[in-house]
Amino acid sequence: MLKVRIGSLSLPNPVMTASGTFGYGKEYEDFVNIHKLGAIVVKGISFDPRPGNPPPRIVETACGMLNAIGLQNVGVERFIEEKLPYLRNMNCRVIVNILGDSVEEYCAITQRLNEEKGIQAIELNISCPNVKKGGVAFGTNSSMAHEVVSQVRKETSLPLIVKLSPNVTDITEMAKAAEDGGADAVSLINTLIGMAIDIHKKKPVLANTIGGLSGPAIKPVALRMVWQVADAVKIPVIGIGGISTWQDAIEFILAGASAIQVGTANFFNPRITDEIIIGIEDYLKKNKYSSVREIIGLAKN
Amino acid sequence: MNTFQTNATVVKTEQLGPQIYRLTFSAYDIAKSAKPGQFVMLKASQGLDPLLRRPFSIHQVTEQGTLQILFKAIGKGTQYLSALKVGDVIDIVGPLGNGFDINTAGGHCLVGGGMGIAPMLYLAKEIIKGNKPVDLKIILGAQNKDEIAQLLLNFSELGVEVIHATDDGSSGHHGFVTELMEPILTNNNEKDWNIYCCGPHPMMKQVASICDKNSWNCWVSMETMMACGIGACLGCTIQGINTIQKQSQNYMHVCKDGPIFRAADIKW
Ligand SMILES: Cc1cc2nc3c(=O)[nH]c(=O)nc-3n(C[C@H](O)[C@H](O)[C@H](O)COP(=O)(O)OP(=O)(O)OC[C@H]3O[C@@H](n4cnc5c(N)ncnc54)[C@H](O)[C@@H]3O)c2cc1C
Ligand SMILES: Cc1cc2nc3c(=O)[nH]c(=O)nc-3n(C[C@H](O)[C@H](O)[C@H](O)COP(=O)(O)O)c2cc1C
Ligand code: FES
Repeated sequence: MLKVRIGSLSLPNPVMTASGTFGYGKEYEDFVNIHKLGAIVVKGISFDPRPGNPPPRIVETACGMLNAIGLQNVGVERFIEEKLPYLRNMNCRVIVNILGDSVEEYCAITQRLNEEKGIQAIELNISCPNVKKGGVAFGTNSSMAHEVVSQVRKETSLPLIVKLSPNVTDITEMAKAAEDGGADAVSLINTLIGMAIDIHKKKPVLANTIGGLSGPAIKPVALRMVWQVADAVKIPVIGIGGISTWQDAIEFILAGASAIQVGTANFFNPRITDEIIIGIEDYLKKNKYSSVREIIGLAKN
Repeated sequence: MNTFQTNATVVKTEQLGPQIYRLTFSAYDIAKSAKPGQFVMLKASQGLDPLLRRPFSIHQVTEQGTLQILFKAIGKGTQYLSALKVGDVIDIVGPLGNGFDINTAGGHCLVGGGMGIAPMLYLAKEIIKGNKPVDLKIILGAQNKDEIAQLLLNFSELGVEVIHATDDGSSGHHGFVTELMEPILTNNNEKDWNIYCCGPHPMMKQVASICDKNSWNCWVSMETMMACGIGACLGCTIQGINTIQKQSQNYMHVCKDGPIFRAADIKW
């Protein structure tokens, strides 16, 4: 009933965890049946380990939070050595979120991941600055987005999901660039850029000045973008942004998402993903649908 | 691992002073597997505001499976908690973090300032539990008498020496806890002191430097903003000193690597 397909990837249910909000899976083993999740999208991996930004890195805002973690991660080698075996043993479906500051870095990580078993798909975080192009984010320029997606496409036969940045004028343009580049699916949205100021210190709260806004506060924006992108591309869309209840998840599916990712909600309710899976199933039963696929994009009719 | 998410019932509420509250919950699983210095994350709202859970040190646990927190109402979340009544249910995750490792050699000195007193009662009880006679000194600090009077009673029930200071001189020594440490500890026969400290950052920094000067072991309980409390968000970063590699950045995460750290490992 809950089975969905994302390109060649078949998932038992449409509920995944969003990159950077679920660690490498093990962090949630006391709370969630992690092998039952549709998939676990792990914290973004770069080629070499990255230390991340100086503190403070997070601050709560109205119904949301800002983060400037700075993509701290263990790097691809340590991910494969230290993190992947656990997920493989637990029979989890693993989607590796990758990031780089050049097309070459994205390709090198992909090549390394190709050699490993137990990876179901790659998610490309293109919200990162392209160092060789003056630090403009790959995901804010459609030709750069096309370039990185098509180069990574050449490197792998694994399903390729491209994660879109909402910090653009027209997100459908980026989605089309990803589709043209050979993506099997797009996921959206990444965080919205924002900031907060400490009025006592009279300085930005985050050491990095700006950070990414996530949580319930961004849900209406994310939902609108998913709606638009679902119209603009033929490949499956994965909805992300503020999903905190099963009702939120249903909204995204009705807007055209084939699957969803839960992010910030994991922080305040570590069991939320299990609850959303159950909630979606109950909703389908109550409304007499035999498959979740029947309601994908239904709000458009 | 032994981390639980429980809907705990409030069994007792106390107001210990202006804005200072103590809540007792029945949270059997958490209380049974906790150790001093660990913390819990509480959902401090009915809905989505405040959104994130709030971290609190475990103040006391009992054999019957109750757990206590001590806190000051300083914002939305703590104000919500201060209004809870007996019978209300609250969502708790814990126990979290590493907790204090009680050193078996040498004397022990607990230094708590403000709400940093919270984990010290639990720690003092655990130290006393060890069967041999212990050399235990407790130094507490607060803004004024109202903040500390009730807590002093709780500590004195343990039958150990408690020395205290207030910022305004309304009770005990007029000044800072840090001014009390050397006079008390250097006059004592015990040479090897283990100092366990929790309080405002400037106080802990000062304690760390006094301990460094006297070559005393020192552990501190660090505070940062937290989103998850379980090592998933990587938001609760502090800067450490990596003595082996001499790296300029050595980020540590308070919820997983701490909240208890060796003072010597922290870049103050
Ligand atoms: C491991 C750990 C253990 C803690 N134990 C205790 C305890 O035993 N008793 C207790 O009273 N408090 C404790 N705290 C601090 C407590 O978590 C904060 O006071 C609480 O989160 C404030 O929530 P609020 O919604 O009331 O305040 P908010 O409305 O979120 O904030 C009010 C003000 O307090 C500041 N603030 C918020 N959180 C923190 C924080 N974590 N550290 C420093 N300043 C902060 C804000 O910047 C703001 O200026 C602990 C914190 C940590 C990390
Ligand atoms: C603390 C934190 C860290 C994140 N790290 C990453 C990351 O490494 N890679 C990535 O593609 N997205 C990252 N994200 C973005 C989330 O995956 C997600 O797209 C975003 O938070 C919106 O969803 P939400 O509102 O449900 O959290 C991070 C978000 C947060 C809050
Ligand atoms: S609070 Fe999330 S990693 Fe520490």
